[in-house]
Amino acid sequence: MPHTRQPGSVGPVKKQFHTFCEPPHELELEGGGRLGPITLAYETYGRLNREKSNAILILHALTGDSHAAGIYAEDDPKPGWWDYLIGPGRPVDTDKYFVICSNVIGGCQGSTGPASVNPATGRPYGLTFPVITVNDMVRAQAHLLDHMGIDRLLAVLGGSMGGMQALVWSVLFPDRIMAAIPIATTAKHSPQQIAFNQVGRAAIMADSHFNGGDYYGGEIPRSGLSLARMVGHITYRSDEAMHERFGRKLRGKKALGYNFGIDFEVESFLHYQGDSFVERFDANAYLYITKAIDYFDLSMPSGSLTAELARAKCKFLVVSFSSDWLYPPYQSKEVVKSLLVNGIDATYCEIETRFGHDAFLLPGEMDTIIGNFLANLASRGGIKAPSVS
Amino acid sequence: MSPLTRIDHSVILGLIPHGARVLDLGCGDGSLLDKLVRERGVRGTGIEIDDAGVRDCIAKGLPVLQGDIDEGLRDFPDGSIDYVILNQTIQAAKKPVVVLQEMLRVGRKGIVGFPNFAYWRMRWHLLTRGRMPRTDFLHYEWYDTPNIHFCSIRDFDRYCEKTGIVVEKRIFINTGGGGKVYGGGRPNLFAENAVYLLSAPPGGFRKED
Repeated sequence: MPHTRQPGSVGPVKKQFHTFCEPPHELELEGGGRLGPITLAYETYGRLNREKSNAILILHALTGDSHAAGIYAEDDPKPGWWDYLIGPGRPVDTDKYFVICSNVIGGCQGSTGPASVNPATGRPYGLTFPVITVNDMVRAQAHLLDHMGIDRLLAVLGGSMGGMQALVWSVLFPDRIMAAIPIATTAKHSPQQIAFNQVGRAAIMADSHFNGGDYYGGEIPRSGLSLARMVGHITYRSDEAMHERFGRKLRGKKALGYNFGIDFEVESFLHYQGDSFVERFDANAYLYITKAIDYFDLSMPSGSLTAELARAKCKFLVVSFSSDWLYPPYQSKEVVKSLLVNGIDATYCEIETRFGHDAFLLPGEMDTIIGNFLANLASRGGIKAPSVS
Repeated sequence: MSPLTRIDHSVILGLIPHGARVLDLGCGDGSLLDKLVRERGVRGTGIEIDDAGVRDCIAKGLPVLQGDIDEGLRDFPDGSIDYVILNQTIQAAKKPVVVLQEMLRVGRKGIVGFPNFAYWRMRWHLLTRGRMPRTDFLHYEWYDTPNIHFCSIRDFDRYCEKTGIVVEKRIFINTGGGGKVYGGGRPNLFAENAVYLLSAPPGGFRKED
């Protein structure tokens, strides 16, 4: 690696791809149906040790991707979404750990999703793509680890939808992880969470360009997807954070317009977020992924979260944020309660912050907590850093 | 506070058998729990409300739950812990009665360490100066103290008698001279601190559904 990288950053990284589940060995999906071949886009940072025991899987949120850290080119202005957390000497220390982050199935950042070409028809799947679940996302990740020859992960770590995947890992593959770190998440989507997602989906499907999901090669449902993103952004921020950032400041004017143009900073911000999102995200992928998290309910099939979590064998670090009203702390506490009833080793932190759900993507107290938790886990588990090459 | 910390910690360490499951309520920075894990090989968890305390516990590699001890025990099943510790914390509990019942529901045994408010220095302070007593470990002013439920050794004995809580052992401690166990008479007058080993009354406390 060239010595141009910034201290603390993993520096230039490359997106990689792995294709598996070729017919007739398709992945059996939870909701019925089969999917294959499947490609996962992924990135890795740091090096695997000889025992292959120092791997950490990072799990991204709804609109995240495999680019968790580093930069794609020297002049890349924007590093990966968890860059401040992952790197040499950083809490998820790439001098010690081998870090993997893959894009979920159903997504649109290189992994197989509704915008991918269906090999059977030669055309994009669109709405013929099967409905997938969080369990399906995790099963696909397990295939990637098989391919890398990694039997057991040191930890799985993610926020929001990433936290749901971390929880699923603990019950679906209890022998393959030493620790799960679910952050700002829930064991099941609440009616309020489903409701917000439904507004987003309805906006996309009501767009005149949606065309039953078959819009590839033509006009895309731009305004619907943008609106979905605007709603999402409201839920990611606390009332207090919005006061602080926008207040009632006017946008580019000194007085109210008394018309239906943009008056307020907050309106302008939401439109900007919506418009820029459309450039990088596929509307169908938004439908599929929000549906997957709406279906998410770790207490199924038995109906008891405690009974389902009884299968877990790993240590847990559960983190919530005080002002997160999208995934409020009580949802994390429900997870912790079920862990305690099962006698499972759990740590729970409720971090005081005014940044709402977004707090899990911002530098703060969480970083040290995660760093210390991982360091203790590795030292007590006798996990060796990769030898210096 | 350091001499007391050492002596009360070593007293508590002496009460807990190797490998026990331990819950430390109001565990602070986890120093007692850390000693229990290292020296006694316990499986321990702490409950702490304060951010800094929780961070310190995680840095020590101790499982810790951030929460209020007045509510924090609710999630634990009956008898799921061998020893529940409440050291230098009961006087700050909002509902000490609930906490005591809960700790003896969750724990097969409970350990309570508390400052004796009838210690002669306290009485002397109040008698001669007519002001709220302050000592090395009770260093707050009346208006900023988190301590809202003080009791004396005699008060605590009476409470256990009344409720049927079984006192298996009482150990008295003074902090003077680096801290030592007090074995003399009239502990309610001459002991600064007490550590009680408790178990539930016959029939026990059960979770209300």
